[in-house]
Amino acid sequence: MAIGKRAAFAAIRPLITPEGVDLRIRLADAGTRASAFLLDVVFIAVAAIVITIVALFGVGGLGSEGFQPLFVVWIILIFFLRNAYFIVFEAGRRAATPGKRIVGVRVASRSGDGLSIDQVIARNLMREIEVFLPLSIIAGRSGTDLADTLTTVFGLVWTLLFALFPLFNRDRMRIGDLLAGTWVVEAPKRALLEDLSARQDPAAGAFRFSHAQLDAYGIAELHKLEEVLRRDDYFALRTVAETIGRKIGAAPQAHDARAFLTAYYGDLRAHLERKLLLGNRRADKHAR
Amino acid sequence: MTAPVAGNAVRGDAVRQSLASFRREREADWKAFEALLARVEKRAPRTLSEEELLSLPLLYRSALSSLSVARATSLDNALVAYLEALSLRGYFYLYGARRGLRQRLADFFLHDWPGAIRDLWRETLASVALMVIGIGAGAWLVASDKSWFDAIIPPGLAGGRGPDTSAELLRGMLYDGDNGFLSGFAAYLFTHNVQVAILAFALGFAFAVPTVLLMLFNGCMIGALFQVYWSKGLGMELGGWLAIHGTTELFAISLAGAAGMRIGTSIAFPGELTRMAAAARAGRIAANAMVGVSVMLLFAGLLEGIGRQTITSDVTRYAIGGGMLAFWIGYFYLFRAVRHGDR
Repeated sequence: MAIGKRAAFAAIRPLITPEGVDLRIRLADAGTRASAFLLDVVFIAVAAIVITIVALFGVGGLGSEGFQPLFVVWIILIFFLRNAYFIVFEAGRRAATPGKRIVGVRVASRSGDGLSIDQVIARNLMREIEVFLPLSIIAGRSGTDLADTLTTVFGLVWTLLFALFPLFNRDRMRIGDLLAGTWVVEAPKRALLEDLSARQDPAAGAFRFSHAQLDAYGIAELHKLEEVLRRDDYFALRTVAETIGRKIGAAPQAHDARAFLTAYYGDLRAHLERKLLLGNRRADKHAR
Repeated sequence: MTAPVAGNAVRGDAVRQSLASFRREREADWKAFEALLARVEKRAPRTLSEEELLSLPLLYRSALSSLSVARATSLDNALVAYLEALSLRGYFYLYGARRGLRQRLADFFLHDWPGAIRDLWRETLASVALMVIGIGAGAWLVASDKSWFDAIIPPGLAGGRGPDTSAELLRGMLYDGDNGFLSGFAAYLFTHNVQVAILAFALGFAFAVPTVLLMLFNGCMIGALFQVYWSKGLGMELGGWLAIHGTTELFAISLAGAAGMRIGTSIAFPGELTRMAAAARAGRIAANAMVGVSVMLLFAGLLEGIGRQTITSDVTRYAIGGGMLAFWIGYFYLFRAVRHGDR
């Protein structure tokens, strides 16, 4: 628990709005960003294949005199796909490519100001040496007979060096981010979930807890309990109900686990929130 | 099970009541804000009515204040997380300072682009000098030993030209390239040149060393080609052949190299700023310059693919090349638009 919390904390950065509220933005981790990039690569590849197929059909339909304009259109479209895909999407309102949008992250300026177009351009042109250059070195070499191991190894080391760069700095920036003054933050769309305290559970009304029983846990445990209740997994509910029952000296029936936990959650939260109002934030069960 | 402590239960319920009513009263505002945000993120703000547009900042502030209250008094993790995500979305939207596309374009062509190029004047000089040195070196190497030509210019690019090619053949290449494939060729040249320019820019990150080498080598290739033609007495003609698009193209590539050098040098010598801040500042100036460079290369590609093959008079070629160069220099360095107010 403690370790998990510290790891989560490392990725949180302050963002003070002009209204004086700290929004505590969370940086996207490396795995999320890699999956977003892979999704984008897939989209680009699919688009390129579709464009090519359409162009080939066009050549088939128009004959040889239609070849030249089609070739021009094809080469320009492929060029735009490669260079403008990321820039156009990140300069848009949501500051995220489709891949980023799917995994719930977006680009933001490190200074907290609005993201400007030159920042988007700078961070995406650097992708050229981060990804495309080493790939084209490898592809070019293996295409000819010059595929000597040394250049291939060099290309691979180069790619890895840049691809793994985000792992070696605190803010998970790749080189493009560093040059543009940007970072990638989590911007999930969250739905407003039900208030567990307001949940009407007829069986829960039967449970009553004493002061001593409510003093057994702190805020950290309350949040864990909230998680378990929201997940609503029968076996987890039963295990947690047994553990809490043992600790506070109550023995709920197995089929009552959910009702018991709902009741205990409601009372514990009200108890801790009352303390909070009186200026005592009890972080976990060890705090007094 | 122990009997309830009456006082505790009552007070607990009071807290529960007040927090539940907090959520009940504010919830409508949050939902309204969320719905408005979803709309403006999808479509232009123009689609909102005036009333809705004015309510956006109010709803945003209401969400922020709810977040502060919730953080201080509520232990409902899901509620705090929801409000945090909502406020962050609102913050990014409202403080994103979006300007219209037309205004951004006008700003770019009137201020940002020439401004960035002017800012890079030192690096531009260095990069042009490197190219000139490269040209001299290339010419001198090929003059001293013909076999250097093959080493400098890859056979695929030389297209059969070489020190041993006859003068007639060389002359032919300068004047009748008409193969009916012009526009496609121009498009290809454009995309190819832009990739080279992006490379020159991006490689600057490695303390500008690869960029310097790239500029030198680029010059070397031109020098080698020149030497071959010059020795056959076709120097002036090659000059015209190159000048029609070359003034634009070589200038653009020099600027891309200059942008790369700016990044490399500001990372190596950040001055009073931190290395990170210096890199970020250089990166943004360089990015502006780079967009301009691709616009220039588009012109160069058109001139090269279409103009060069259809215009065969040396004088016209020189005139177009010189005119383009004068245009760029005037646009970048002489013409300064006054910026009114802040942007």
